[in-house]
Amino acid sequence: MRAMTYRGPYDIRVEEKDIPRIEHPNDAIVRVTTAAICGSDLHLYHGLMPDTRVGSTFGHEFVGVVHEVGPSVRDLAVGDRVMVPFNIYCGTCFFCARGLYSNCHNVNPNATAAGGIYGYSHTTGGYDGGQAEYVRVPFADVGPAIVPDWMDEEDAVLCTDALATGYFGAQLADIAEGDVVVVFGAGPVGLFAARSAWLMGAGRVIVVDHVEDRLAKARSFAHAETYDFTRHKDIVVELKRATGMLGADRVIDAVGAEADGNLLQHVTGTRLKLQGGSPIALNWAIDTARKGGTLSVMGVYGPVPTAVRFGDAMNKGLTLRANQTPVKRQWPRLFEHMRNGYLKPNDVVTHRIPLEHIAEGYHMFSAKLDGCIKPLVVPGTA
Amino acid sequence: MPYTADKPPLPETPQQLRDRIPGWGADLDPADRPAVPREVRDPATGAHWDLPEQQEERRPRERSIEHARLTPVFGTAAPTRGLSGVIRRFSYRRFGEGRTVRWLLLIAADRVDAVEGRLTSSRGSRAEAAVTGTEPHRGPSSTPRRPRPRRSPLGRALTVGSWILAGVLAGRAVRRMAGRRAGR
Repeated sequence: MRAMTYRGPYDIRVEEKDIPRIEHPNDAIVRVTTAAICGSDLHLYHGLMPDTRVGSTFGHEFVGVVHEVGPSVRDLAVGDRVMVPFNIYCGTCFFCARGLYSNCHNVNPNATAAGGIYGYSHTTGGYDGGQAEYVRVPFADVGPAIVPDWMDEEDAVLCTDALATGYFGAQLADIAEGDVVVVFGAGPVGLFAARSAWLMGAGRVIVVDHVEDRLAKARSFAHAETYDFTRHKDIVVELKRATGMLGADRVIDAVGAEADGNLLQHVTGTRLKLQGGSPIALNWAIDTARKGGTLSVMGVYGPVPTAVRFGDAMNKGLTLRANQTPVKRQWPRLFEHMRNGYLKPNDVVTHRIPLEHIAEGYHMFSAKLDGCIKPLVVPGTA
Repeated sequence: MPYTADKPPLPETPQQLRDRIPGWGADLDPADRPAVPREVRDPATGAHWDLPEQQEERRPRERSIEHARLTPVFGTAAPTRGLSGVIRRFSYRRFGEGRTVRWLLLIAADRVDAVEGRLTSSRGSRAEAAVTGTEPHRGPSSTPRRPRPRRSPLGRALTVGSWILAGVLAGRAVRRMAGRRAGR
């Protein structure tokens, strides 16, 4: 089969690999019909995530058709069209039994702090991902779901991570009616978080980024006020001015490890890899929140220690909430919102890239060229 | 602006927001939010086991020392190999997840892996060309390599610096451990 293959930082190709095989009785093999590149894939692409191995295939957002099932699979059959949450989880461990699917203890031998994720380094279990023609899907009776008839393929692929994560991020922020919500990052997750904040009754939603195309999308898609942080000497002070000098009630970090905006943090975090990422957005978020406010962290950071301004968080009495999204818990309510017309996920899709051209797709997405906000990957269309 | 108990006024009323934004307030009640409460007991997951069957370990699988056992299911992408594999296995075997050196060693192994990958891919293509009599191709991909994002000299210097630093830290860790062993 053809598969995106990592060769080293900034170097990916499409290569021939063996079609994955059933390795556990509850495995399925899925033929991928549409995948996506996630902003967090760029952390792998840039060599930021420990134990990202040459020869591995990225991609944790994908939908496809069941190609083969293991002997214990009951709920899926060959030919079913399925959407697959980015979490790999067993459904019965201590954490899964409490609904914390993203924190499953039975799927990642390499680290206990992280659950299992498709195509996201050995730090999350060493599974190949869906930017390929075929992918192994463990626990086929637990993770995947048949795509509803009414759901568009592109909407389905966005439900497997970006939409669910943005929606989850807004929930973690504990938004109450009339709250002022600031979202750092106008990538797909930030856009979905901003859009979801309104569902929870926000009184104002403000999105901060520095890419004009994305800020324009934040205004049109997420109905948000926007700030370009490069146009302000100190974005935190500017946001304080915009909130009566109190700060925002709820702040969402939808940026993560590769934030721009501070040279020292960028060099030590993104370039030198001496931190688990460059925590610029996280530190701005801490300083933007009002005292007693809530900070929701959707941004992904690596396991290496990160220079976070924790003293400010403590002195301000902030509530910090974070997790990888337990995707499937979000789906029933998200599907209602989609059917009611409150959310249209594929409005954020800007590019559809044949798998054979995925290297250009990564470069374009990484460098934020051509107005790229969300690129999808389509196998077999070169 | 006086600091009083009042919240600064919002630019729009709830009714204005409801009229302007489709779905405004649909999840106003936290009970409608699927992530609330954070923990729920015994959700219907589709699992039909108490403990999943164990996936066969066809080759020794490295794992965190913070796990009591090899997890029932694990990824089999890109097994460890070469010098990078030695570093990775050492890191997993020796250090807990709270130790920074564990992660720096894994990052160092990633860089070694990339170099090893380049060496083996060019050697493979030459060998293949010698056997088949065909023109050697550039690496194992049929897709031509795409231009990398432009990287400044400073950026390259910083990246190389990070490798050197990781090497120094790894060397210190190894020396420290060798010292401990010698002291036993």
